[in-house]
Amino acid sequence: MNLFDFFRGRQKQTSASVAKERLQIIVAHERGQRSTPDYLPALQKELVEVIRKYVNIGNDDVQVALENQGSCSILELNITLPDR
Amino acid sequence: MSKIIVVTSGKGGVGKTTTSAAIGTGFALRGHKTVIVDFDVGLRNLDLIMGCERRVVYDFVNVVNGEANLQQALIKDKRLENLYVLAASQTRDKDALTLEGVEKVLMELKEQFEYVICDSPAGIEKGAHLAMYFADEAIVVTNPEVSSVRDSDRMLGILSSKSRRSENNEDPIVEHLLITRYNPERVAGGEMLSIDDVTDILAIKLKGVIPESQAVLKASNQGVPVILDTESDAGQAYNDTIDRLLGKEVKLRFVEVPKQGFFARLFGGK
Repeated sequence: MNLFDFFRGRQKQTSASVAKERLQIIVAHERGQRSTPDYLPALQKELVEVIRKYVNIGNDDVQVALENQGSCSILELNITLPDR
Repeated sequence: MSKIIVVTSGKGGVGKTTTSAAIGTGFALRGHKTVIVDFDVGLRNLDLIMGCERRVVYDFVNVVNGEANLQQALIKDKRLENLYVLAASQTRDKDALTLEGVEKVLMELKEQFEYVICDSPAGIEKGAHLAMYFADEAIVVTNPEVSSVRDSDRMLGILSSKSRRSENNEDPIVEHLLITRYNPERVAGGEMLSIDDVTDILAIKLKGVIPESQAVLKASNQGVPVILDTESDAGQAYNDTIDRLLGKEVKLRFVEVPKQGFFARLFGGK
């Protein structure tokens, strides 16, 4: 920074800090996807088909998530049934 | 104990081949018998960077296919006693390399050499996968730039889940970060990601920072690995990197803007 920059003021965010923020967000997002096994989408689809034999539900009414806690993995199913 | 080290990045043009040539030559300079293997089938360039392009008779694919033996295909460096190159072939057949073929050649190389440096092609396709699959260590080459950092992170994910070590539940590949084309002036001006920015995001151990340098183009023009240009900043930075890879603590150099005089600072002169 030279003398002229000093008087002009420098409140504007630098492009490097913008780059870092964007990277942190996209990298965190992609790491999250990476840890889920590839079979989850197929499992979700088949579960929807099985449940649909008995109850009429939409494609997004079954949520599947896998969580790892130490040595144990938890498969979480969240099925929303239609209003009666 | 010999080691297979892959030089990888995901993104192209960040300096993988320059780094493979420099690191391989660096190990040989320290007296370690080293071979550098080009995995970029169809787009070989390591031979040019090493200056041995006119001496390629047989290549990696010839050895895998049994058309030549390893000793025939290994090109001995003219400058250093301990240094060899195994060229990639220029065939258009991308599937010329197989997992079994690569394994056989690499295990044979491991018996003869202390360091086997695998120069990975860009991308995450088959060639890149084969280059990293058998590795013990990985040097992830990254430019301080968004797309390179993102691709490096992607590569780190692949290294930790798709390698032989991960599939056999062995100790994971040791990952080293090498930042190349670093420009301290632009970092000071807030125009380029800093070393801390990159290491914060990738969270692996930094083994070197190579400054953006005219010496790199000059070296590739002449077919001399830049580490042999001991006068140059890039050459010295690669030398420091070798020391760190061999376990020495060496302070980073060429990462600060050279100090300017009072008047230069006052008026922003250069």
